[in-house]
Amino acid sequence: MIDILIIGSGGAGLSAALKAKEENASVLVVSKTHTTHSQTCQAQGGINAVLETTENDSIENYEKDTYKASHKLANKKSLKYFCENSKQTINWLDSIGVPFSRDENNNIAQRKFGGTKAKRTCYSSDYTGHKILHTLYDQCIKNSIDFKNEHLLLKLLTKNNTVTSALFLDIKTGEIVQIDAKTVILATGGYGGIYHNFTTNSYATTGDGIAVAFKAGAKLSNMEFIQFHPTSLLNKNILISESARGEGGYLIDSKGKRFIDELKPRDEVARAIYKKYEEGDKVYLDLTHLGKEKIEEVIPQERRLVLDFLKIKMEEEVIPITPSAHYSMGGILTDEYAQTNIENLFACGECAQSGIHGANRLGGNSLLEIVTFGRLAAKNAAKKAKEVKCEEKNENNLETEKKRVAKILKKEKNEDFYKSKNIIGELLFNKVGLFREKNTLEEALKYLEEEKNKIKSMGIEDKSKEYNKNLVEYLEFENILLLCQIVTNCAYKREESRGAHFRTDFIKEDKKFDKISICKLENSDIITTFEEIK
Amino acid sequence: MKIRIKREKSKEKKPYIEEFEIDKEETILNALIEVKEKKDNSFAFRCGCKTGVCGSCAVRVNGTERLACKTHFKDNDLVEPLNNAKVIKDLIVDLEHEYKLLENSETFLHKASSGQITKSDEKLIDTQSNCILCQSCFSSCPVYEVNKDFLGPYSLTRALRYVNDKKESNSAPILEKIQNNGIWDCTLCGNCTLVCPQFIDPKSDIMNLRMKSVQKGYEDKSIASFNSGFDTGFDSFGGFNPNGF
Repeated sequence: MIDILIIGSGGAGLSAALKAKEENASVLVVSKTHTTHSQTCQAQGGINAVLETTENDSIENYEKDTYKASHKLANKKSLKYFCENSKQTINWLDSIGVPFSRDENNNIAQRKFGGTKAKRTCYSSDYTGHKILHTLYDQCIKNSIDFKNEHLLLKLLTKNNTVTSALFLDIKTGEIVQIDAKTVILATGGYGGIYHNFTTNSYATTGDGIAVAFKAGAKLSNMEFIQFHPTSLLNKNILISESARGEGGYLIDSKGKRFIDELKPRDEVARAIYKKYEEGDKVYLDLTHLGKEKIEEVIPQERRLVLDFLKIKMEEEVIPITPSAHYSMGGILTDEYAQTNIENLFACGECAQSGIHGANRLGGNSLLEIVTFGRLAAKNAAKKAKEVKCEEKNENNLETEKKRVAKILKKEKNEDFYKSKNIIGELLFNKVGLFREKNTLEEALKYLEEEKNKIKSMGIEDKSKEYNKNLVEYLEFENILLLCQIVTNCAYKREESRGAHFRTDFIKEDKKFDKISICKLENSDIITTFEEIK
Repeated sequence: MKIRIKREKSKEKKPYIEEFEIDKEETILNALIEVKEKKDNSFAFRCGCKTGVCGSCAVRVNGTERLACKTHFKDNDLVEPLNNAKVIKDLIVDLEHEYKLLENSETFLHKASSGQITKSDEKLIDTQSNCILCQSCFSSCPVYEVNKDFLGPYSLTRALRYVNDKKESNSAPILEKIQNNGIWDCTLCGNCTLVCPQFIDPKSDIMNLRMKSVQKGYEDKSIASFNSGFDTGFDSFGGFNPNGF
């Protein structure tokens, strides 16, 4: 039996795999897509770290800035570990070959991102996530890490609140397979993708790991906090990195006037832009004053994206932008060891609520999180795996799951889930988006409940076994719908405004909500409560 | 607007071209999504980031490798799966060769050097490290028709990325690994360069690696083959190859 089963092959999963190998644990990485197709490749701007303590910056400053952005919801213990290890994490990435951009003094270059006073964000031009991901993959090949690609996670099996196995749909063959492991690490990515067509997320980011963990009894936390990125291309949902503003870009309205400090935290900037749209105005990103040479040097990918998708040369024309769902702060609740409330089940990266981002994430912190906590999860999982005794596994669940999927394949199609997925994405953006209020949240909850009832009549047309993408997308839709209900429920229960969560009926931060929200499944009901931060 | 798609539903049934009417005049990817959601739910293709950086949606459009998400859709476009890989279903091809190719060419940092990296050192590998492994170059490469073990354009570009990396203190194993089924097997046709969505030039990278190999004392196999027989100037694929010598 393998020591560590890692589910997900983005930056968190690959960092975990390499650490597991370092710890001499046997490891298998199972992924819904192919390794370098994950969301990590889309992270452009950079990865934060305090590389040197100076009068301008220190670990304490980094902790303070992140804690401030979290609106008191970060876990101080986890945050300390995160910031203190940032230099070591960057040095490790540098040592395995990540080609970080350098400054005039040949040090790793750093740029300034919103919400901080210091230049703290290391980068590889604007391909930071992509270059980290590919370097990690190269190292996984060097270390002969085993991969199983294109396997969709269906279920986590537990015994006495301890995870023992995971069930997958092997997309290529259509078979349901069980993989037993001493410990499991979930690194399956976030749930921003539930804002379908209103998100910068990949089509593959559907929150499967979080939904499956929830159904297995894992506690989810802070699911109401969705970060809307201020600048995505209008009607395209294509991200223009914060580095564009970090390098000096302006936000202007249709009269050409600046209306907000561009480097305020993302939640404030995104809301200010959304308001302009509500007033019937439009917002543009102005980089024309930077000049082509600088643009080509610091944000070449951005330039190419704008040229490809809008046919605009950013050194000559302003770029129409809008906010888009971008990052999910909530996820599977983990403690300072990256452990969930289920024994031997760990979670890291965007699928986890590891106590770093709280109500709002600072740009550059997510890449650091996936590497830091990916490695931490693997270190602790390797330690745990040594204590686990191998037992005979119960395979009844495999048969049950086979029957469930076979039943889905037989269903008649009376309702179209693709249509529902599109409607729900828009509903969420409008009613559970940048501004929320009791009435609209209630409307959304009601609508989602109706959709849930409709699932019975949502069949799939494709009855084939091999590579049935229609079946995969149906199973993803079930996860999306569940997560929509959870997010809306949490947003409804948090009667205050904090960070990315803004309630027009409770516009102030309320002390009594200086707590993290917790979602649990009880008798098939979603129960939301609030807990003190431990 | 019409889109033509090469379909392949199963091993038993032969591939065929199917036409669909499309409303959206945007990208190929949007057209594919419309077909799948509105015309035929069983239609299968891969996609991810929709911004040209995950590399999952590479297909052939009118015979040329393109990323579906970055390609504007025109009436009557023909979309086909990538070449040189087994088709699993419709536009989905088997990608399992990727790990093997990279593993066989040992394209990773072997031993980190402690030397300082400068701005210009970093620039030296910038383009090559922008590769997204979309498989476009792999699909366009004619060598695979005769040599399935060919390491191919992206592995060789990646090899140069690490050979040129000042952080690498031992690039010898990489150069060693690319001598057979590698740099000398390339016909320098340049197809890979033409189709790369990241503007990488694997053909130049391969020539660069040839030069570095010769400098390190490896035999120039292109000269060796020239000396061993008469080259007619016509390559084995039936056409004139201007780079044949």
